[in-house]
Amino acid sequence: MTKTNTLILIEHDRQQVKRPSLHAVTAAQQLGGDYSLLLLGSAVGEMAKSLLGYGAASLLVADHAELAEPLADRYALVIADAFQKCGATTLLGTSSTFSKDILPRAAALLDAPMLTDVMTIEGNGNSFTRPINAGSMIATVQLGSERRVLSIRASAFAAPTGNTAVSPIEQLAVDAALLPNGMQFVSREERISDRPDLTEARVVVGGGRPLKDKETFDRLVGGLADALGGAIGATRAAVDTGLAPNDYQIGQTGKVIAPDLYIALGISGAIQHLAGIKDSRVIIAINKDPDAPIFQMATYALVGDVHQVVPELIEALRDRE
Amino acid sequence: MTQPVEKILVAFKSVPDPYEAAAPGDSGSTAKSVINPFDEIAIEEALRIRERGETSEIVGVTIGPSSIDEQVRAAMAMGVDRAIRIDDARLLDPYAVARILRGVIEKEAPQLVLMGKQAVDDDSNQVGQMLAGLLGWPQATFVSKIELLDNRTRARCTRETDAGLEVIDVNLPAIITADLRLNEPRYVSLPGLIKARKKPIDVQTCQQLGVIVEPLTRLSSTARPARRSAGTRVESVAELVIKLKEEAKVL
Repeated sequence: MTKTNTLILIEHDRQQVKRPSLHAVTAAQQLGGDYSLLLLGSAVGEMAKSLLGYGAASLLVADHAELAEPLADRYALVIADAFQKCGATTLLGTSSTFSKDILPRAAALLDAPMLTDVMTIEGNGNSFTRPINAGSMIATVQLGSERRVLSIRASAFAAPTGNTAVSPIEQLAVDAALLPNGMQFVSREERISDRPDLTEARVVVGGGRPLKDKETFDRLVGGLADALGGAIGATRAAVDTGLAPNDYQIGQTGKVIAPDLYIALGISGAIQHLAGIKDSRVIIAINKDPDAPIFQMATYALVGDVHQVVPELIEALRDRE
Repeated sequence: MTQPVEKILVAFKSVPDPYEAAAPGDSGSTAKSVINPFDEIAIEEALRIRERGETSEIVGVTIGPSSIDEQVRAAMAMGVDRAIRIDDARLLDPYAVARILRGVIEKEAPQLVLMGKQAVDDDSNQVGQMLAGLLGWPQATFVSKIELLDNRTRARCTRETDAGLEVIDVNLPAIITADLRLNEPRYVSLPGLIKARKKPIDVQTCQQLGVIVEPLTRLSSTARPARRSAGTRVESVAELVIKLKEEAKVL
């Protein structure tokens, strides 16, 4: 197997590669040395072809029916095995529920420490910053071990630029008899939406609890998102009161986003939520409370009732076309 | 005939109260300490499993110096039958914590281990998964529903993922980490708290467990993130649209 310094775990949704997971390529380049990509799944041949132009020393593919679902016990074992075979010292992934489930387990199998949500790589790749306390503090940490596992925050690293050189594919042999079988996949309930993925969208519209009911939330937050071709997000309070589903939650315990434009509707600005949006390029806040903390970090602040202002804004955006 | 799960172990961490904002330049250590909110949810779930008659004993375990005994008492006041504190005042990383917990689990032999998905001070989200890896046990992370099946030999868990919900079955023994929506923890009553004061805390050391760990992560500094400054107030939707087009160039 081709030797490498960094092994990057690629995430996909069984149809295509999740673009944020490619941002780890940029992190690997900053770490220095060679990097290889690792793709696990069942019938992922087509997807593998989309990964050949990122300058990787090789693309390792573990393609087996028994890997159709990302069960942590199996995946961690296959990843740790690949890591050892290619002689890597760093295992890298992008922070998501997929990698947060699997990478720490792989770290334990590799007897390596791990850092979650790495934002910057410093000091010749030996020092890292990461948010703690819901992003209210930034910690600088070093790792005292040669082997290490890192999950990076996609929004803190740029998307990789394509490369004309084609990476070779290496198939990993998977022996189904050796895979653990203490975990079984039962079912999945995913939202089917025409809107872009929350963590990948260029524009995100977020709604808070002042939106009085689910119908209003869908009409105002959804309507504005659709007018801008954006994604929908929500505060924890809006999710807890049933205005929006769980996977819309932005913040410390939800998703961290960094779109070009974030529009906060009726969001006061709890630390929990601000931790998830502060890397957005432009933030617009619309809230009727002039003292709402979100105005302290908004690029543009409009004091007003969302129920009045948002229909007007949707109208104005429609008129510009 | 169904057999209850004999023993559930719940791991919890003492953290600075996340609802008390830390002052600038302060690492947060002076704030009042509480049980990590996600771990509190894990404790609550263990209590509910016991109330359904599905377990006979709940053992709580934490790591830290005697200054965290107040949080140990709070766990006992919630209803944990017995509490172990591994006396260790070092700043430990998740991998060190996982290795210490492995020592406790090998001694206690629970059928189910519950803990929060992450501690709200360090935000690492690693310990449960590392522990499962070290023990070779199944894991279910970010769980919002637990149902014990097949004579308590399996747990059906609903997991919260980026894309929605996922249901998996894990054979016991297993590690399950709690997400926000698993339950709402009960309030501790004053009589419960007074009663817990009289209960003994089983204090052990890593040496007694036969676990030698050195943290491999070194925290060199903490700093406040650069603050975004407040921007421009706009008076109307029309003005906002102009700014977005001409100044921010996002339209």
